[in-house]
Amino acid sequence: MKKEVIDYKAIPGWGMDADPDNEPTYPIKNYTGDDHNRINYERSPQQPVTVEILQSNERPKPSVVFGTSVPPSGLSGIIRRYAFTHSEDRYRHWLPLILADRINVFEGIIDDVRKGHIPNIFAEKGFKATWKYNRQKIVSQVLVTSVVVLTLFSVLKKKK
Amino acid sequence: MNYRGPYRVRTEQRPMPEILHPEDAIVRVTRTCICGSDLHLYHGMVPDTRVGSTFGHEFTGIVEEIGPMVQNLKVGDHVLVPFNIACGKCNFCKQGLYGNCHESNPMATAVGGIFGYSHTAGGYDGGQAEYVRVPYADVGPTVIPPDMDPDDAVLLTDVVPTGYQAAEMGGIKEGDTVVIFGAGPIGIMAARCAWFFGPSRVIVIDHVDYRLEFAKNYAKCEVYNFKSLEDPVLFLKKTTDWYGADVCIDCVGCEAEGNGLQTFTGRKALLQAGAGTALQWAINSVKKGGIVSIVGVYGPPFNLIPIGNVVNKGITIRANQASVKRLLPKLIDHVQSGRLNPKGLITHRIPLEEISEAYNIFSSKLDNCIKTVLIPSAKA
Repeated sequence: MKKEVIDYKAIPGWGMDADPDNEPTYPIKNYTGDDHNRINYERSPQQPVTVEILQSNERPKPSVVFGTSVPPSGLSGIIRRYAFTHSEDRYRHWLPLILADRINVFEGIIDDVRKGHIPNIFAEKGFKATWKYNRQKIVSQVLVTSVVVLTLFSVLKKKK
Repeated sequence: MNYRGPYRVRTEQRPMPEILHPEDAIVRVTRTCICGSDLHLYHGMVPDTRVGSTFGHEFTGIVEEIGPMVQNLKVGDHVLVPFNIACGKCNFCKQGLYGNCHESNPMATAVGGIFGYSHTAGGYDGGQAEYVRVPYADVGPTVIPPDMDPDDAVLLTDVVPTGYQAAEMGGIKEGDTVVIFGAGPIGIMAARCAWFFGPSRVIVIDHVDYRLEFAKNYAKCEVYNFKSLEDPVLFLKKTTDWYGADVCIDCVGCEAEGNGLQTFTGRKALLQAGAGTALQWAINSVKKGGIVSIVGVYGPPFNLIPIGNVVNKGITIRANQASVKRLLPKLIDHVQSGRLNPKGLITHRIPLEEISEAYNIFSSKLDNCIKTVLIPSAKA
Protein backbone atom coordinates (compact mmCIF):
# COMPACT_ATOMS: atom_id res chain seq x y z
CA MET A 1 0.00 0.00 0.00
CA LYS A 2 1.44 3.37 -1.03
CA LYS A 3 1.81 5.88 1.78
CA GLU A 4 0.05 9.16 0.96
CA VAL A 5 2.31 12.18 1.53
CA ILE A 6 0.50 15.07 3.22
CA ASP A 7 2.01 18.49 3.73
CA TYR A 8 0.89 18.54 7.35
CA LYS A 9 2.65 21.78 8.19
CA ALA A 10 0.29 23.55 5.77
CA ILE A 11 -2.75 22.53 7.84
CA PRO A 12 -4.16 25.68 9.50
CA GLY A 13 -3.06 25.84 13.16
CA TRP A 14 -0.54 23.01 12.85
CA GLY A 15 1.52 22.84 16.07
CA MET A 16 0.32 26.15 17.52
CA ASP A 17 -0.89 24.63 20.85
CA ALA A 18 2.04 22.25 21.29
CA ASP A 19 3.34 22.54 24.84
CA PRO A 20 6.76 20.99 25.45
CA ASP A 21 6.04 20.93 29.22
CA ASN A 22 3.01 18.69 28.69
CA GLU A 23 5.16 15.58 28.94
CA PRO A 24 3.51 12.91 31.07
CA THR A 25 6.37 10.47 30.59
CA TYR A 26 8.86 12.68 32.51
CA PRO A 27 11.13 11.70 34.31
CA ILE A 28 10.85 8.14 33.09
CA LYS A 29 11.52 9.15 29.51
CA ASN A 30 13.96 11.81 28.46
CA TYR A 31 12.12 12.79 25.25
CA THR A 32 14.53 13.67 22.47
CA GLY A 33 12.33 13.53 19.37
CA ASP A 34 14.35 10.58 18.08
CA ASP A 35 11.20 8.46 18.04
CA HIS A 36 10.41 10.09 14.70
CA ASN A 37 13.55 8.53 13.23
CA ARG A 38 11.89 5.16 13.91
CA ILE A 39 14.33 2.24 13.82
CA ASN A 40 17.01 4.16 11.94
CA TYR A 41 19.66 4.30 14.65
CA GLU A 42 23.21 2.98 14.82
CA ARG A 43 23.15 -0.71 15.69
CA SER A 44 25.91 -2.85 17.10
CA PRO A 45 27.09 -5.78 14.94
CA GLN A 46 24.53 -8.55 14.63
CA GLN A 47 24.95 -11.65 16.84
CA PRO A 48 25.36 -14.62 14.46
CA VAL A 49 22.22 -16.76 14.32
CA THR A 50 23.56 -20.20 15.24
CA VAL A 51 20.35 -21.76 16.57
CA GLU A 52 16.74 -21.50 15.43
CA ILE A 53 15.27 -18.24 16.69
CA LEU A 54 11.55 -17.64 16.46
CA GLN A 55 11.15 -14.00 15.54
CA SER A 56 8.13 -11.80 16.13
CA ASN A 57 6.54 -10.91 12.79
CA GLU A 58 6.17 -7.37 14.13
CA ARG A 59 9.84 -6.67 13.49
CA PRO A 60 11.78 -6.72 10.21
CA LYS A 61 14.90 -8.46 11.50
CA PRO A 62 16.17 -10.08 14.70
CA SER A 63 17.38 -7.88 17.52
CA VAL A 64 21.17 -7.39 17.67
CA VAL A 65 21.49 -9.90 20.52
CA PHE A 66 19.22 -12.69 21.67
CA GLY A 67 19.20 -15.72 23.94
CA THR A 68 20.11 -19.10 22.55
CA SER A 69 18.60 -21.13 25.35
CA VAL A 70 16.36 -24.11 24.45
CA PRO A 71 15.68 -23.76 20.70
CA PRO A 72 12.25 -25.06 19.60
CA SER A 73 12.06 -28.80 19.08
CA GLY A 74 9.59 -31.67 18.91
CA LEU A 75 5.83 -31.25 18.82
CA SER A 76 6.00 -28.16 21.04
CA GLY A 77 8.47 -26.66 18.57
CA ILE A 78 6.06 -27.21 15.67
CA ILE A 79 3.33 -25.44 17.64
CA ARG A 80 5.66 -22.58 18.59
CA ARG A 81 6.66 -22.10 14.93
CA TYR A 82 2.97 -21.84 14.04
CA ALA A 83 2.40 -19.32 16.86
CA PHE A 84 5.13 -17.05 15.52
CA THR A 85 3.39 -16.77 12.15
CA HIS A 86 0.85 -14.55 13.94
CA SER A 87 1.37 -11.15 15.49
CA GLU A 88 1.56 -10.50 19.23
CA ASP A 89 -1.97 -9.09 19.01
CA ARG A 90 -3.56 -12.44 18.17
CA TYR A 91 -4.81 -15.29 20.32
CA ARG A 92 -3.33 -17.45 17.57
CA HIS A 93 0.06 -16.33 18.84
CA TRP A 94 -0.33 -16.68 22.62
CA LEU A 95 -2.70 -19.64 23.08
CA PRO A 96 -0.59 -22.03 20.99
CA LEU A 97 2.46 -20.93 23.00
CA ILE A 98 0.69 -21.84 26.24
CA LEU A 99 -0.35 -25.18 24.71
CA ALA A 100 3.24 -25.77 23.57
CA ASP A 101 4.49 -25.06 27.11
CA ARG A 102 2.21 -27.76 28.51
CA ILE A 103 3.21 -30.31 25.85
CA ASN A 104 6.84 -29.39 26.49
CA VAL A 105 6.49 -30.60 30.11
CA PHE A 106 5.72 -34.12 28.86
CA GLU A 107 8.51 -33.89 26.30
CA GLY A 108 10.84 -32.99 29.18
CA ILE A 109 9.84 -36.10 31.12
CA ILE A 110 10.29 -38.31 28.04
CA ASP A 111 13.67 -36.71 27.42
CA ASP A 112 14.72 -37.35 31.02
CA VAL A 113 13.70 -41.01 30.79
CA ARG A 114 15.48 -41.37 27.46
CA LYS A 115 18.66 -40.13 29.15
CA GLY A 116 18.18 -42.70 31.92
CA HIS A 117 17.01 -40.15 34.49
CA ILE A 118 13.70 -40.74 36.25
CA PRO A 119 12.60 -37.28 37.40
CA ASN A 120 11.95 -37.06 41.12
CA ILE A 121 8.86 -34.88 40.94
CA PHE A 122 8.55 -34.59 44.73
CA ALA A 123 12.13 -33.32 45.01
CA GLU A 124 11.64 -30.94 42.06
CA LYS A 125 8.60 -29.47 43.80
CA GLY A 126 10.66 -28.81 46.92
CA PHE A 127 8.64 -31.26 48.98
CA LYS A 128 11.27 -31.23 51.73
CA ALA A 129 10.45 -27.59 52.50
CA THR A 130 6.73 -28.31 52.82
CA TRP A 131 7.55 -31.26 55.10
CA LYS A 132 9.73 -29.01 57.25
CA TYR A 133 7.51 -25.93 57.45
CA ASN A 134 3.96 -27.09 56.71
CA ARG A 135 3.70 -30.76 57.66
CA GLN A 136 0.01 -30.33 58.46
CA LYS A 137 -0.71 -29.64 54.79
CA ILE A 138 0.94 -32.87 53.68
CA VAL A 139 -0.82 -34.91 56.34
CA SER A 140 -4.21 -33.47 55.41
CA GLN A 141 -3.54 -34.01 51.68
CA VAL A 142 -2.59 -37.66 52.33
CA LEU A 143 -5.72 -38.13 54.42
CA VAL A 144 -8.03 -36.57 51.83
CA THR A 145 -6.44 -38.59 49.01
CA SER A 146 -6.75 -41.81 51.04
CA VAL A 147 -10.42 -41.17 51.78
CA VAL A 148 -11.15 -40.43 48.09
CA VAL A 149 -9.29 -43.53 46.90
CA LEU A 150 -10.91 -45.78 49.50
CA THR A 151 -14.37 -44.42 48.68
CA LEU A 152 -13.87 -44.97 44.95
CA PHE A 153 -12.51 -48.44 45.61
CA SER A 154 -15.50 -49.43 47.76
CA VAL A 155 -18.00 -47.98 45.24
CA LEU A 156 -16.38 -49.90 42.40
CA LYS A 157 -16.30 -53.07 44.48
CA LYS A 158 -20.04 -52.76 45.25
CA LYS A 159 -20.89 -52.36 41.55
CA LYS A 160 -19.11 -55.65 40.74
CA MET B 1 18.71 -24.11 37.82
CA ASN B 2 16.61 -25.99 35.38
CA TYR B 3 12.84 -25.49 34.87
CA ARG B 4 10.99 -28.74 34.26
CA GLY B 5 7.36 -27.55 34.24
CA PRO B 6 4.95 -25.70 36.53
CA TYR B 7 6.10 -25.98 40.19
CA ARG B 8 9.09 -28.16 39.17
CA VAL B 9 12.70 -26.96 39.17
CA ARG B 10 16.01 -28.65 39.88
CA THR B 11 19.72 -28.05 39.63
CA GLU B 12 21.64 -29.61 36.79
CA GLN B 13 25.12 -29.30 35.29
CA ARG B 14 25.05 -27.42 32.00
CA PRO B 15 27.76 -26.33 29.54
CA MET B 16 29.64 -23.12 30.39
CA PRO B 17 28.09 -20.08 28.70
CA GLU B 18 30.14 -18.62 25.85
CA ILE B 19 30.75 -15.20 24.37
CA LEU B 20 28.30 -15.05 21.46
CA HIS B 21 28.63 -11.36 20.60
CA PRO B 22 31.65 -9.01 20.83
CA GLU B 23 29.90 -6.92 23.50
CA ASP B 24 29.20 -9.93 25.79
CA ALA B 25 30.76 -10.78 29.12
CA ILE B 26 30.69 -14.00 31.12
CA VAL B 27 29.97 -13.43 34.80
CA ARG B 28 30.52 -15.84 37.70
CA VAL B 29 27.48 -15.37 39.91
CA THR B 30 28.07 -14.42 43.56
CA ARG B 31 24.49 -13.66 44.62
CA THR B 32 21.15 -14.26 42.92
CA CYS B 33 17.59 -13.83 44.12
CA ILE B 34 14.20 -15.32 43.46
CA CYS B 35 11.91 -12.49 42.42
CA GLY B 36 8.13 -12.44 42.87
CA SER B 37 7.88 -12.30 39.09
CA ASP B 38 9.91 -15.53 38.84
CA LEU B 39 6.92 -17.15 40.49
CA HIS B 40 4.79 -16.32 37.44
CA LEU B 41 7.24 -18.42 35.41
CA TYR B 42 7.40 -21.11 38.10
CA HIS B 43 3.60 -21.32 38.12
CA GLY B 44 3.53 -21.71 34.32
CA MET B 45 1.72 -18.44 33.67
CA VAL B 46 4.12 -16.82 31.18
CA PRO B 47 3.73 -18.03 27.58
CA ASP B 48 6.80 -19.57 25.89
CA THR B 49 8.50 -20.69 29.09
CA ARG B 50 10.41 -23.68 27.78
CA VAL B 51 11.42 -26.75 29.75
CA GLY B 52 15.18 -26.61 30.30
CA SER B 53 15.31 -22.84 30.81
CA THR B 54 17.29 -21.22 33.62
CA PHE B 55 15.52 -18.41 35.47
CA GLY B 56 17.01 -15.52 37.41
CA HIS B 57 17.14 -11.82 36.59
CA GLU B 58 18.54 -10.49 39.89
CA PHE B 59 22.22 -11.26 40.28
CA THR B 60 25.70 -9.98 41.00
CA GLY B 61 28.94 -11.59 39.92
CA ILE B 62 32.59 -11.43 39.00
CA VAL B 63 33.49 -10.74 35.37
CA GLU B 64 35.33 -13.83 34.12
CA GLU B 65 35.64 -13.09 30.41
CA ILE B 66 34.86 -10.16 28.11
CA GLY B 67 34.16 -9.88 24.39
CA PRO B 68 36.56 -7.92 22.12
CA MET B 69 34.37 -4.78 22.03
CA VAL B 70 33.85 -4.43 25.80
CA GLN B 71 35.64 -1.33 27.08
CA ASN B 72 34.18 -0.36 30.46
CA LEU B 73 34.61 -3.66 32.31
CA LYS B 74 37.64 -5.78 33.02
CA VAL B 75 38.09 -9.36 34.19
CA GLY B 76 37.78 -9.51 37.96
CA ASP B 77 35.29 -6.62 38.34
CA HIS B 78 32.48 -7.37 40.80
CA VAL B 79 29.32 -6.12 39.13
CA LEU B 80 25.61 -5.85 39.75
CA VAL B 81 23.64 -6.63 36.62
CA PRO B 82 20.32 -4.85 35.94
CA PHE B 83 17.53 -7.26 35.09
CA ASN B 84 16.83 -5.60 31.74
CA ILE B 85 19.17 -6.19 28.81
CA ALA B 86 19.73 -2.88 27.04
CA CYS B 87 21.82 -1.91 24.00
CA GLY B 88 22.20 1.76 24.95
CA LYS B 89 21.92 2.75 21.27
CA CYS B 90 18.30 2.38 20.17
CA ASN B 91 15.94 5.34 20.48
CA PHE B 92 14.30 3.85 23.55
CA CYS B 93 17.57 3.34 25.44
CA LYS B 94 18.81 6.78 24.41
CA GLN B 95 15.72 8.29 25.99
CA GLY B 96 16.28 6.45 29.26
CA LEU B 97 13.82 3.63 28.59
CA TYR B 98 16.36 0.90 29.30
CA GLY B 99 13.54 -1.49 30.16
CA ASN B 100 12.17 -1.14 26.62
CA CYS B 101 15.29 -1.78 24.51
CA HIS B 102 14.47 -2.67 20.91
CA GLU B 103 17.65 -4.63 20.27
CA SER B 104 17.58 -7.33 22.92
CA ASN B 105 14.51 -9.41 22.17
CA PRO B 106 13.61 -10.75 18.72
CA MET B 107 10.69 -12.77 20.07
CA ALA B 108 8.37 -9.96 21.12
CA THR B 109 8.14 -6.23 20.52
CA ALA B 110 6.13 -5.48 23.66
CA VAL B 111 8.94 -6.35 26.06
CA GLY B 112 12.70 -5.87 26.01
CA GLY B 113 15.17 -8.61 26.82
CA ILE B 114 15.23 -9.85 30.42
CA PHE B 115 17.62 -12.40 31.88
CA GLY B 116 16.00 -15.78 32.51
CA TYR B 117 12.46 -14.66 31.85
CA SER B 118 11.11 -17.00 29.15
CA HIS B 119 11.43 -16.73 25.39
CA THR B 120 8.80 -14.02 25.44
CA ALA B 121 11.57 -11.89 26.99
CA GLY B 122 14.35 -12.99 24.64
CA GLY B 123 15.22 -16.59 25.54
CA TYR B 124 18.23 -15.73 27.71
CA ASP B 125 19.51 -18.04 30.40
CA GLY B 126 19.29 -16.33 33.77
CA GLY B 127 21.45 -15.79 36.81
CA GLN B 128 20.23 -18.64 39.03
CA ALA B 129 23.37 -20.41 37.92
CA GLU B 130 27.10 -20.40 38.58
CA TYR B 131 27.91 -18.58 35.33
CA VAL B 132 25.84 -16.44 33.00
CA ARG B 133 26.29 -14.71 29.66
CA VAL B 134 25.70 -10.96 29.94
CA PRO B 135 25.08 -9.17 26.61
CA TYR B 136 25.86 -5.45 26.18
CA ALA B 137 28.34 -5.65 29.04
CA ASP B 138 29.31 -1.99 28.65
CA VAL B 139 25.73 -0.79 29.17
CA GLY B 140 23.99 -2.57 32.04
CA PRO B 141 26.52 -4.03 34.48
CA THR B 142 27.74 -1.59 37.11
CA VAL B 143 30.83 -2.12 39.24
CA ILE B 144 29.76 -2.49 42.88
CA PRO B 145 31.25 0.31 45.01
CA PRO B 146 33.91 -1.19 47.31
CA ASP B 147 32.09 -0.15 50.50
CA MET B 148 28.76 -1.65 49.44
CA ASP B 149 27.46 -4.87 50.97
CA PRO B 150 26.92 -7.47 48.19
CA ASP B 151 23.47 -8.19 49.67
CA ASP B 152 22.52 -4.54 49.10
CA ALA B 153 24.02 -4.68 45.61
CA VAL B 154 22.00 -7.68 44.46
CA LEU B 155 18.76 -5.97 45.47
CA LEU B 156 19.72 -2.95 43.36
CA THR B 157 19.34 -5.11 40.24
CA ASP B 158 15.52 -5.11 40.44
CA VAL B 159 13.66 -4.82 43.76
CA VAL B 160 14.90 -1.38 44.77
CA PRO B 161 14.65 0.28 41.32
CA THR B 162 11.25 -1.28 40.65
CA GLY B 163 9.90 -0.20 44.04
CA TYR B 164 11.37 3.27 43.60
CA GLN B 165 10.03 3.70 40.06
CA ALA B 166 6.60 2.52 41.20
CA ALA B 167 6.55 5.46 43.60
CA GLU B 168 8.15 7.83 41.10
CA MET B 169 5.53 7.04 38.45
CA GLY B 170 2.85 7.87 41.00
CA GLY B 171 3.83 11.54 40.75
CA ILE B 172 3.38 11.75 44.52
CA LYS B 173 2.95 15.31 45.87
CA GLU B 174 3.61 16.51 49.39
CA GLY B 175 0.67 15.56 51.62
CA ASP B 176 -0.70 12.86 49.28
CA THR B 177 -2.25 9.61 50.40
CA VAL B 178 -0.62 6.69 48.62
CA VAL B 179 -2.13 3.20 48.55
CA ILE B 180 0.05 0.26 47.60
CA PHE B 181 -1.50 -3.06 46.70
CA GLY B 182 0.79 -5.97 47.57
CA ALA B 183 3.17 -6.53 50.48
CA GLY B 184 5.70 -8.62 48.62
CA PRO B 185 9.29 -7.34 48.34
CA ILE B 186 8.37 -4.84 45.60
CA GLY B 187 5.33 -3.52 47.45
CA ILE B 188 7.33 -3.13 50.66
CA MET B 189 10.11 -1.30 48.80
CA ALA B 190 7.57 0.90 46.97
CA ALA B 191 6.07 1.83 50.36
CA ARG B 192 9.51 2.71 51.71
CA CYS B 193 10.45 4.70 48.60
CA ALA B 194 7.11 6.54 48.50
CA TRP B 195 8.26 8.53 51.55
CA PHE B 196 11.05 10.09 49.44
CA PHE B 197 8.34 12.03 47.58
CA GLY B 198 6.65 13.56 50.63
CA PRO B 199 3.24 11.93 51.13
CA SER B 200 1.39 12.20 54.44
CA ARG B 201 0.02 8.63 54.39
CA VAL B 202 1.31 5.39 52.88
CA ILE B 203 -1.12 2.47 53.10
CA VAL B 204 -0.30 -1.12 52.13
CA ILE B 205 -3.04 -3.66 51.37
CA ASP B 206 -2.42 -7.42 51.26
CA HIS B 207 -3.86 -10.61 52.75
CA VAL B 208 -0.77 -12.19 54.30
CA ASP B 209 -0.45 -11.07 57.90
CA TYR B 210 3.26 -11.74 58.38
CA ARG B 211 4.06 -9.71 55.26
CA LEU B 212 1.88 -6.83 56.40
CA GLU B 213 3.64 -6.85 59.75
CA PHE B 214 7.00 -6.81 57.98
CA ALA B 215 5.88 -3.91 55.73
CA LYS B 216 4.66 -1.94 58.75
CA ASN B 217 8.04 -2.25 60.48
CA TYR B 218 10.25 -1.87 57.42
CA ALA B 219 8.42 0.93 55.61
CA LYS B 220 6.71 2.68 58.56
CA CYS B 221 3.35 2.54 56.80
CA GLU B 222 -0.27 1.71 57.63
CA VAL B 223 -1.22 -1.84 56.73
CA TYR B 224 -4.57 -3.56 56.21
CA ASN B 225 -5.50 -7.15 55.49
CA PHE B 226 -8.18 -7.06 52.79
CA LYS B 227 -9.64 -10.32 54.11
CA SER B 228 -10.65 -8.44 57.24
CA LEU B 229 -12.23 -5.66 55.16
CA GLU B 230 -15.59 -6.45 53.65
CA ASP B 231 -14.91 -4.22 50.67
CA PRO B 232 -11.36 -2.83 50.30
CA VAL B 233 -12.40 -0.14 47.82
CA LEU B 234 -15.16 1.13 50.10
CA PHE B 235 -12.75 1.06 53.04
CA LEU B 236 -10.23 3.17 51.12
CA LYS B 237 -12.92 5.68 50.15
CA LYS B 238 -13.97 6.00 53.80
CA THR B 239 -10.42 6.35 55.08
CA THR B 240 -9.73 9.15 52.58
CA ASP B 241 -12.79 11.18 53.67
CA TRP B 242 -14.88 9.67 50.84
CA TYR B 243 -12.50 11.17 48.27
CA GLY B 244 -10.25 8.35 47.07
CA ALA B 245 -6.49 7.98 47.34
CA ASP B 246 -4.31 10.46 45.47
CA VAL B 247 -2.10 7.70 44.12
CA CYS B 248 -2.63 3.93 43.87
CA ILE B 249 0.20 1.55 43.04
CA ASP B 250 -0.25 -2.02 41.80
CA CYS B 251 2.65 -4.14 43.04
CA VAL B 252 0.80 -7.44 42.70
CA GLY B 253 0.28 -8.29 39.04
CA CYS B 254 -1.28 -11.39 37.60
CA GLU B 255 -1.47 -13.65 40.66
CA ALA B 256 -3.73 -11.48 42.77
CA GLU B 257 -6.27 -12.85 45.18
CA GLY B 258 -9.43 -11.26 46.54
CA ASN B 259 -11.97 -11.51 43.71
CA GLY B 260 -13.47 -14.89 42.83
CA LEU B 261 -14.29 -14.02 39.23
CA GLN B 262 -10.85 -12.57 38.53
CA THR B 263 -9.16 -15.53 40.24
CA PHE B 264 -11.16 -18.10 38.29
CA THR B 265 -10.85 -16.47 34.88
CA GLY B 266 -7.27 -15.29 35.33
CA ARG B 267 -5.49 -17.91 37.40
CA LYS B 268 -7.46 -21.12 37.05
CA ALA B 269 -9.02 -21.05 33.56
CA LEU B 270 -6.31 -18.78 32.04
CA LEU B 271 -9.03 -16.95 30.10
CA GLN B 272 -7.21 -13.69 30.79
CA ALA B 273 -3.56 -12.86 31.46
CA GLY B 274 -3.82 -13.43 35.19
CA ALA B 275 -6.17 -11.97 37.78
CA GLY B 276 -6.50 -8.19 37.49
CA THR B 277 -7.89 -7.75 41.02
CA ALA B 278 -5.21 -5.37 42.30
CA LEU B 279 -5.46 -3.18 39.23
CA GLN B 280 -9.25 -3.15 39.46
CA TRP B 281 -9.04 -2.05 43.09
CA ALA B 282 -6.41 0.57 42.25
CA ILE B 283 -8.58 2.11 39.53
CA ASN B 284 -11.66 2.08 41.72
CA SER B 285 -9.90 3.39 44.87
CA VAL B 286 -8.03 6.32 43.36
CA LYS B 287 -9.56 9.80 43.34
CA LYS B 288 -10.93 11.43 40.19
CA GLY B 289 -7.96 12.77 38.27
CA GLY B 290 -5.67 10.53 40.34
CA ILE B 291 -2.71 8.48 39.22
CA VAL B 292 -2.41 4.70 39.05
CA SER B 293 1.12 3.33 38.82
CA ILE B 294 1.61 -0.27 37.71
CA VAL B 295 4.71 -2.38 38.20
CA GLY B 296 2.91 -5.67 38.85
CA VAL B 297 3.61 -8.12 36.05
CA TYR B 298 0.80 -9.28 33.77
CA GLY B 299 0.88 -11.66 30.82
CA PRO B 300 0.75 -10.35 27.27
CA PRO B 301 -2.78 -11.12 25.99
CA PHE B 302 -5.29 -9.02 27.96
CA ASN B 303 -6.96 -8.44 31.34
CA LEU B 304 -10.47 -7.60 32.51
CA ILE B 305 -10.17 -4.19 34.15
CA PRO B 306 -12.71 -1.34 34.51
CA ILE B 307 -11.32 0.81 31.73
CA GLY B 308 -14.59 2.79 31.61
CA ASN B 309 -13.84 4.08 35.11
CA VAL B 310 -10.39 5.13 33.96
CA VAL B 311 -12.03 7.35 31.34
CA ASN B 312 -14.86 8.63 33.50
CA LYS B 313 -12.60 9.44 36.46
CA GLY B 314 -9.88 10.96 34.31
CA ILE B 315 -7.24 8.67 35.75
CA THR B 316 -3.67 8.78 34.53
CA ILE B 317 -2.13 5.33 34.29
CA ARG B 318 1.65 5.09 34.34
CA ALA B 319 3.48 1.82 33.99
CA ASN B 320 6.76 0.32 32.91
CA GLN B 321 9.48 -2.14 33.70
CA ALA B 322 11.95 -0.30 35.90
CA SER B 323 14.72 1.52 34.08
CA VAL B 324 17.42 0.20 36.39
CA LYS B 325 20.38 1.90 34.74
CA ARG B 326 18.71 5.33 34.86
CA LEU B 327 17.96 5.01 38.57
CA LEU B 328 21.17 3.38 39.81
CA PRO B 329 23.21 6.53 40.62
CA LYS B 330 20.41 7.95 42.80
CA LEU B 331 19.67 4.63 44.48
CA ILE B 332 23.31 3.82 45.18
CA ASP B 333 23.49 7.21 46.91
CA HIS B 334 20.38 6.41 48.99
CA VAL B 335 21.95 3.09 50.06
CA GLN B 336 25.41 4.48 50.78
CA SER B 337 23.99 7.34 52.80
CA GLY B 338 22.01 4.87 54.91
CA ARG B 339 18.58 6.15 53.88
CA LEU B 340 17.71 2.81 52.25
CA ASN B 341 18.49 -0.60 53.68
CA PRO B 342 17.75 -3.10 50.89
CA LYS B 343 19.32 -6.11 52.63
CA GLY B 344 16.78 -5.64 55.41
CA LEU B 345 14.31 -7.38 53.09
CA ILE B 346 16.32 -10.61 53.00
CA THR B 347 14.85 -13.32 55.20
CA HIS B 348 16.39 -16.44 53.61
CA ARG B 349 19.84 -17.35 52.33
CA ILE B 350 19.80 -20.71 50.59
CA PRO B 351 22.49 -22.58 48.60
CA LEU B 352 21.73 -22.64 44.86
CA GLU B 353 21.77 -26.44 45.05
CA GLU B 354 18.58 -26.30 47.14
CA ILE B 355 16.69 -24.38 44.46
CA SER B 356 13.61 -26.65 44.58
CA GLU B 357 13.09 -25.99 48.29
CA ALA B 358 13.88 -22.29 47.83
CA TYR B 359 11.15 -21.87 45.21
CA ASN B 360 8.65 -23.82 47.29
CA ILE B 361 9.39 -21.73 50.39
CA PHE B 362 8.91 -18.46 48.50
CA SER B 363 5.93 -19.61 46.43
CA SER B 364 4.07 -21.17 49.36
CA LYS B 365 5.05 -18.32 51.71
CA LEU B 366 6.58 -20.79 54.16
CA ASP B 367 8.69 -19.80 57.17
CA ASN B 368 7.61 -16.12 56.93
CA CYS B 369 9.61 -15.71 53.73
CA ILE B 370 9.95 -12.21 52.26
CA LYS B 371 13.07 -12.35 50.08
CA THR B 372 15.35 -15.26 49.22
CA VAL B 373 18.97 -14.94 48.17
CA LEU B 374 20.59 -17.95 46.53
CA ILE B 375 24.31 -18.46 46.96
CA PRO B 376 26.12 -20.53 44.31
CA SER B 377 28.79 -22.83 45.73
CA ALA B 378 31.48 -21.18 43.57
CA LYS B 379 30.81 -17.77 45.16
CA ALA B 380 33.53 -15.19 45.60
